[in-house]
Amino acid sequence: MAESPARPEGSQRAELTDRQHLGRIGLIWIVLSLIGMVLVYFVWGPHLPPGTDSKQATNQQFDNRVLATIAVPVFLFIWVYIGYVLANWRVKANTPVSELVDGPPIRGHMGFQATWLAVTTLTVLTLFVFGTAELVTGDGSGTGSGQSPIWTPAGYSADAAKSKLLVVQVIGQQWRWTFRYPQFGGIETAQMVIPAGQEVQFSVTSLDVIHSFWAVGLGVKADANPGVNNIAFGEALKNGSFDIRCAELCGLWHGAMFTTGRVVSRADFNTWITAESVTDVQLIPYLPPYADIYLPQADGGYYDPGQDPLPNPPGPTPNPSPSVIP
Amino acid sequence: MNRPARATAVVVAFAAVVGVVVGMALYLIGYPPTVAAASTSSGEESITLQTVPAINSGDHPTWVSYMVLQGSQWVHSTALQVHANSVVHFTIYQFDTGSPLRNSFMDQVQGTVGGIEILNGTPVHLINDFSDNGIGHSFAIPSLAVSVPLPGVSADAKNPCSTPAPCPMSSDHNTVQFTIRTGAAGTYQWQCFVPCALGFPLGNGGPMSTFGYMSGYLKVVA
Repeated sequence: MAESPARPEGSQRAELTDRQHLGRIGLIWIVLSLIGMVLVYFVWGPHLPPGTDSKQATNQQFDNRVLATIAVPVFLFIWVYIGYVLANWRVKANTPVSELVDGPPIRGHMGFQATWLAVTTLTVLTLFVFGTAELVTGDGSGTGSGQSPIWTPAGYSADAAKSKLLVVQVIGQQWRWTFRYPQFGGIETAQMVIPAGQEVQFSVTSLDVIHSFWAVGLGVKADANPGVNNIAFGEALKNGSFDIRCAELCGLWHGAMFTTGRVVSRADFNTWITAESVTDVQLIPYLPPYADIYLPQADGGYYDPGQDPLPNPPGPTPNPSPSVIP
Repeated sequence: MNRPARATAVVVAFAAVVGVVVGMALYLIGYPPTVAAASTSSGEESITLQTVPAINSGDHPTWVSYMVLQGSQWVHSTALQVHANSVVHFTIYQFDTGSPLRNSFMDQVQGTVGGIEILNGTPVHLINDFSDNGIGHSFAIPSLAVSVPLPGVSADAKNPCSTPAPCPMSSDHNTVQFTIRTGAAGTYQWQCFVPCALGFPLGNGGPMSTFGYMSGYLKVVA
């Protein structure tokens, strides 16, 4: 360990050896770190985003609590050391310039270097293993995992019709979100409603530019790329609402590209989806068949690859006998 | 730095500041004005808009645009003002041609009173975007769940709008009327959802991404 720099005469603390100073710093650091870690994990931690409204959000909050807790000793080591140095070795204002000396360099101190390398390597590798384990056990932990996710929940199938999960297709377009439910006739709606306690397979795509689907309270976030089916998984744990935002700057009204999703009971979901199906019955013939992606065609419409655009698709004629504007 | 150099630097810096201030002032003066809805005899409000194939003026004369009627004058603006908790009748004269939509979900009329629009006198609640004329534009306020498709004028129209904006009513057009009920005060963004920016990638950008052309604000005041 390096020797202490010269200190003004009369300083009582100058009588301590470097090892004693180091012991003091270590003791202060350990005590404060223990207190800080307990406070961060148990007091601040439960309030960290994204909350506990879904399985993925709960996992992410746990991750944030762990990371924040680990950061406490790192943060405190720096500030305790700076504080100790300022308190003990601060040069007095009347110290002659000729007496100002720097401490000896620590370059080449094998013990210090080995400790530094060992601690930082161990920290990074531990976090790497921890993060990977969280991704594996959390089925991607709510992130967009591409068209062929590696970690999937039981019942998943790339074919929406065969998936045991509730498949919700998220479609981004400048500047709004719409949602299709392929297991319910492919209806499309501007509302996202999902049942609590049901694993949902979000199939995220875009019709134009790159957007990013972010169901904030659910801890689900997946880029919406044109021509790509980006799959993420989420399971809401309790009824309520959650914000849906675009997390990728996508043009003039990017900031207005938000809506609110709802988590309801299974019975309420069935009621809602039935009502939506009735509302959509006239629209369905005009929508393209459900597909993982929709590529724009020369005429401006969108269709899945391989399907020819229909110039005049069959369907109900507009306007049956609606009510008249009062 | 000698005195002449310092003087030159001061003059240049002063000129730069003046330039920025004048530029900002000119920009603000040129900003689309807010047009308040007209009051009807029944105490309700009305807004009249038209879509033009090309604005034929300003910095982007070839861009498609909305215009709004203020008194008897058509104004190039998309900043509209209405009152909270009121009934607002919209009339939109659609002079542009159409195409299929990027997303046929927007074939539906949504968020209007009765879920309908009056198209050339006929109430409808869904427009087939693959019909002959397709959809030219739409008027949508996503946060109020309002979406109204505006069918395009036939590409074979005998008298399409070809004069500088605004288009005369003698030109071929579709008339779309609908009514919405406003809620709480606030500023709501509205836009066209038909990628109608000719010459831009996938029809986006340009007038689709510029305030005052195919999008704007609905200012709902108390």
